[in-house]
Amino acid sequence: MKKLFKMALVAVLALSLVACTSSTDEPAPTGSTATTGETSSVKIGFVTDTGGIDDKSFNQTSYEGIRKFASEAGLVEGAFEDGGNFTYLQSGNEADYVPNLSAFGEQGANLVAAAGYLFQSAVEEVAAAYPDVNFVAIDVAPIDLPNVQTANFMVNEGSYLVGVAAGTKAIENGSNHVGMVIGGESASMNMFWAGYQEGVWSVCPECTISYDNANSYTDSALGKTLAQKQYNAGATVIFACAGGTGNGIIQEAAERRTNGEDVWVIGVDTDQYSLGTYGDGSQSCVLTSMLKRVDTATYNASKQVAEGNFQGGNIDYTLADEGVGIPAENPNLTESDLAAIEEAREAIISGEVTVSTEPQTSETNPLIIG
Amino acid sequence: MAYAIEMLHITKDFPGIRANDDITLQVEENTVHALLGENGAGKSTLMSILFGLYQPTSGTIKVNGNEVHITDPNVANDLGIGMVHQHFKLVECFTVTENIILGKEPRTKLGTVDMKAARAKVVELSERYGLQVDPDAKISDITVGMQQRVEILKMLYRDANILIFDEPTAVLTPQEIAELMDIIRNLIKEGKTILLITHKLKEIKAVAQKCTVLRKGKSVGTIDVETTSEEKMAEMMVGHFVSFMVDRQDATPGDVYLDIEHLNVKGAKGVLAVKDFSLKVRQGEIVGLAGIDGNGQTELAYALTGMTKIESGTVKFMGDDVTHESIMSHYRHDMCHVPEDRHKHGLILDFKLKENYIVHSYTDEPFAKNGVIQMKAVDEYAERLSQEYDVRSGEGKETITRSMSGGNQQKAIIAREFDRNSKIMIVVQPTRGLDVGAIELVRKKIVEQRDKGAAVLLISLELDEIMNLSDRIAVIHNGELTGLVMNKGISENDIGLMMSGGLSKFDEEAKV
Amino acid sequence: MTRRYSKLTISLIAVVLGILVGCLILVITGRNPVNIFIALIRSLTGFSVNNPARGINIMYPLNWLLSSVPIILTGLSVAFAYRTGMFNIGGEGQFIAGSLACATVALLVDLPPVIHPIACILAGGIAGALWAFLPGFLKAFRNINEVVICVMMNYIALYFNDWFVRSFLPIDKLTLARTVAFPETVSLGDLSFGTASQFNYGVIFAILGVIIFWFIMEKTTFGYSLRATGFNSEGSRYAGMKNRRNTVLSMMIAGAFTGVAGAIVIIGSYGYGRIFTAFDNYGFDGISVALVGGSSAGGVLAAGLLFGLMNASETQFQILGIPSEVSDNIQAAIVFFVAIQYGIKIVLDLIGKHRMNKKVKEEVA
Repeated sequence: MKKLFKMALVAVLALSLVACTSSTDEPAPTGSTATTGETSSVKIGFVTDTGGIDDKSFNQTSYEGIRKFASEAGLVEGAFEDGGNFTYLQSGNEADYVPNLSAFGEQGANLVAAAGYLFQSAVEEVAAAYPDVNFVAIDVAPIDLPNVQTANFMVNEGSYLVGVAAGTKAIENGSNHVGMVIGGESASMNMFWAGYQEGVWSVCPECTISYDNANSYTDSALGKTLAQKQYNAGATVIFACAGGTGNGIIQEAAERRTNGEDVWVIGVDTDQYSLGTYGDGSQSCVLTSMLKRVDTATYNASKQVAEGNFQGGNIDYTLADEGVGIPAENPNLTESDLAAIEEAREAIISGEVTVSTEPQTSETNPLIIG
Repeated sequence: MAYAIEMLHITKDFPGIRANDDITLQVEENTVHALLGENGAGKSTLMSILFGLYQPTSGTIKVNGNEVHITDPNVANDLGIGMVHQHFKLVECFTVTENIILGKEPRTKLGTVDMKAARAKVVELSERYGLQVDPDAKISDITVGMQQRVEILKMLYRDANILIFDEPTAVLTPQEIAELMDIIRNLIKEGKTILLITHKLKEIKAVAQKCTVLRKGKSVGTIDVETTSEEKMAEMMVGHFVSFMVDRQDATPGDVYLDIEHLNVKGAKGVLAVKDFSLKVRQGEIVGLAGIDGNGQTELAYALTGMTKIESGTVKFMGDDVTHESIMSHYRHDMCHVPEDRHKHGLILDFKLKENYIVHSYTDEPFAKNGVIQMKAVDEYAERLSQEYDVRSGEGKETITRSMSGGNQQKAIIAREFDRNSKIMIVVQPTRGLDVGAIELVRKKIVEQRDKGAAVLLISLELDEIMNLSDRIAVIHNGELTGLVMNKGISENDIGLMMSGGLSKFDEEAKV
Repeated sequence: MTRRYSKLTISLIAVVLGILVGCLILVITGRNPVNIFIALIRSLTGFSVNNPARGINIMYPLNWLLSSVPIILTGLSVAFAYRTGMFNIGGEGQFIAGSLACATVALLVDLPPVIHPIACILAGGIAGALWAFLPGFLKAFRNINEVVICVMMNYIALYFNDWFVRSFLPIDKLTLARTVAFPETVSLGDLSFGTASQFNYGVIFAILGVIIFWFIMEKTTFGYSLRATGFNSEGSRYAGMKNRRNTVLSMMIAGAFTGVAGAIVIIGSYGYGRIFTAFDNYGFDGISVALVGGSSAGGVLAAGLLFGLMNASETQFQILGIPSEVSDNIQAAIVFFVAIQYGIKIVLDLIGKHRMNKKVKEEVA
């Protein structure tokens, strides 16, 4: 009996071998043809973090940038071995970063993109091993290799703008109280937090700010709980700066607005307006969103690689070059709100206002609760 | 009279062993036919063939005169053959009714289980055959005897006309055995045919009409029960003359080795199960403790061996107070313990036989050196024990204990416990489920241990055994000592009265 | 006809069926199922069946071994507890505890090379053992279900790690979300053979783990008493064994295996102390590995290599246009088929019977 099944197993494997070897009519990979000028043969790979490609946030947006360039340049999505030009690899956990990045290296990709500060050492390591492959790493600190471009976003500037929106609403509401929930402590989160504070206090110096760290980017139930806490404490607007955890915050806000409460939530990374619809779907609890145009970074890098002018080094995306900002459409903001935001935007771009990157804490400022 | 079952010239080979050799068994309709044989004589194999678990190597089977091929148990069921296994196959957390209907549930129009109809059928069957089973009780809450009745009901529910009972009394108390005999008679009265696998001659005498005797895989013959003596049947089964009475010289007791004073022990329900119990057992004597099941014997044995907490009183082993010592410490004070429940306590069923032989001594030389088991020493020891105590198993010492027959499992425990030659022996129900040959062996070994100088406390539900082996007899009723007499000239009747609390008798001579 | 089929046969059949399920999913979704085999062979051997001209890329088999090392250890962990009658679902917590202790020794203690990583791994093992102590202790002395406590300990580890790292370890200034890199002395060496693989000498600890597991369980008196407790705790109590002590020690040894896994992963694949925002699932993978491996040392080794292959092949799957989830599906299917091994036995019996009947008929004819 045992023999029979072992034989079956061997037979299945052998069959597949024959089937495969006879179908190698695909073009052989070009090997190490880096920075090519020919668009049609360019190969771009994107490695997700543990959130997955459809996270409605960071990974998805980064990949959108590649996709946008691809549609302009006529690139085909699909596995390289099937003749595709661009594709992605999902990481099951953090230990997959290096194998996934190097798999693209082995496949002869021209550009490998990754998003998230946790990629720092993985990109350093793999980029060194594949000097002919270009890498673009978002939110990663500068790496001193000619084939690595790091992209960072001055999210403090964008957060300042949504802080202005939040402060304005808190004054209108009379609560003089706003809130913020972050997904985990990091340098990037500190920039969000610092900009938001300054934005709020620029229009509402007496506003208190509730502040909570969910320590998770995926726990929407926890997000809902924290939102309840902050809204119950009197916050009018919450800046949901916590990935999937923020979905719970948006849900809580939508429920409260359905019940007639005057509360709002501010989305992050992408325009999250559509996530906050309630009632018949014509209204949303999302006041506005702090956009972080990671797609711009991947788009630019893709374009550079395709055109043969890829540059290593660090790029800071700012309010001025629209790397950060708010959506073009903001149905929940009044004319005067928008005017106040626009004023702040111009002040930052002109250098009149410099937004800090280091936040104040509840220890140094009594207006911060949490 | 027609035959319900005919198994003609059945032979069954297993790799390396012929389990059944040209056996012919013919069971007349509406009778109780016994199948007698020692453990390993081939009874279970033959019945497994009848039940479709094995295919015979050669031979034919006829049911109600028609030749049949019983390829699996479902075929057997369809032919109206049902089997009540020795080890019950019940779902503990289900009710009686749920267990009975499992696999053949009556349906309502909506396709759900029709519990009402099921319950009614169970009640009806239970009444018709005098089974008195509570259809709503959970299996885990009812006694072993009741569980067996559930197994019987399962067969009746499936309209079985031929019922095979595999060692049905091995797990029952004397009262339950008597009740089972009544049930079997009821079943015959209702037209069923019964095949009774057993090695208990008394039971055969009590209910069976015909008896086929197997020995070492072969049929020795089929006899008429009424005209054959127990001794004759035993001889047919074992192959030589069997003595039921163990030869025993009078005891020459020495110092008190086991000293129990004013012992109080709580039972599972939190009330005192052993009350102010005092007893002394001396070196070189066997004290038999008689009593009806459930009168505190179990708790007493647990207390003496350290397995349960003692409320008050003392237990001394050769002068050392072990009342509150650990179980291990009891063994270190040279105690051995043949436990009442061989599956729960006596054996690690998933261990190999040889591993079960060393459960107390696995850390001792020569079985272990520097914390490593010395398998060679264990192997040798296991070979010797199995031989000396006639423990039989399919793959020798390497056999997984679970797959051994109940009798051989018990012999393995006896072998392990007795071979340590302990000074203090707590022996509970040592021959339960054993065949006559094995009973003879075990009883001889008990006396042998006494003669070597051990103090033996024999706790048994079988009065025969107590009367046969004891030098002194103590009686327990409702947790109290109700009698202590010399085993000389005392009548079984008097002991029975003491067991039921109707008499209290303390011989001056029996006091220590 | 009841026969005994070896655990190996059942597991092999489960693996074949699991892969067939994967193929089926691909066929249904209109993809080429042959790619599964190309991916698996490539991960296993480095050889590209569909493109032999590429030769053998040793990085892929190295990555396979790399991903097998931690789950062999967590598999041993689950198996060890299971053999003593307990279900160690606390692997995630023990893994985090192990990596935290490892990072602490790496960053706060000065030691020479070679000795430093060994000290880190030992610290990881001890921390894993301590993390498993409480579930074992409460099980032994209070009869509290170890599963509940283990799950709670997992979350405690997740948050305790966060607090501890931020409070006591030097944080990386750039990200504020991990510690600074470990010093040069903390290294598990390089077994990459010139590839970009992170494969390292940590594999030695997995091999040692298998040997230690086998030796303790099968050869020592301690292992004997653990198995007795696992099979029948009342029986081992009757025999005079120290059930409670065994329960606690068994959980702690199980925790140590997982703690070592945590240390090896953090040194070999990260090189810095982590702030976990979610579980890595090494502990949970260990449950599958122990189950498929039948909780024996050799079985866990084989099953660990199998699940390591499945995990490592996720990259290859995606490169070949197969969603990475298919790998998870195959793994789940394998576990499922092992769990319903009774069903497989029935099918085997039927096949056996069919063949026998045929033989009988042939003989008659």
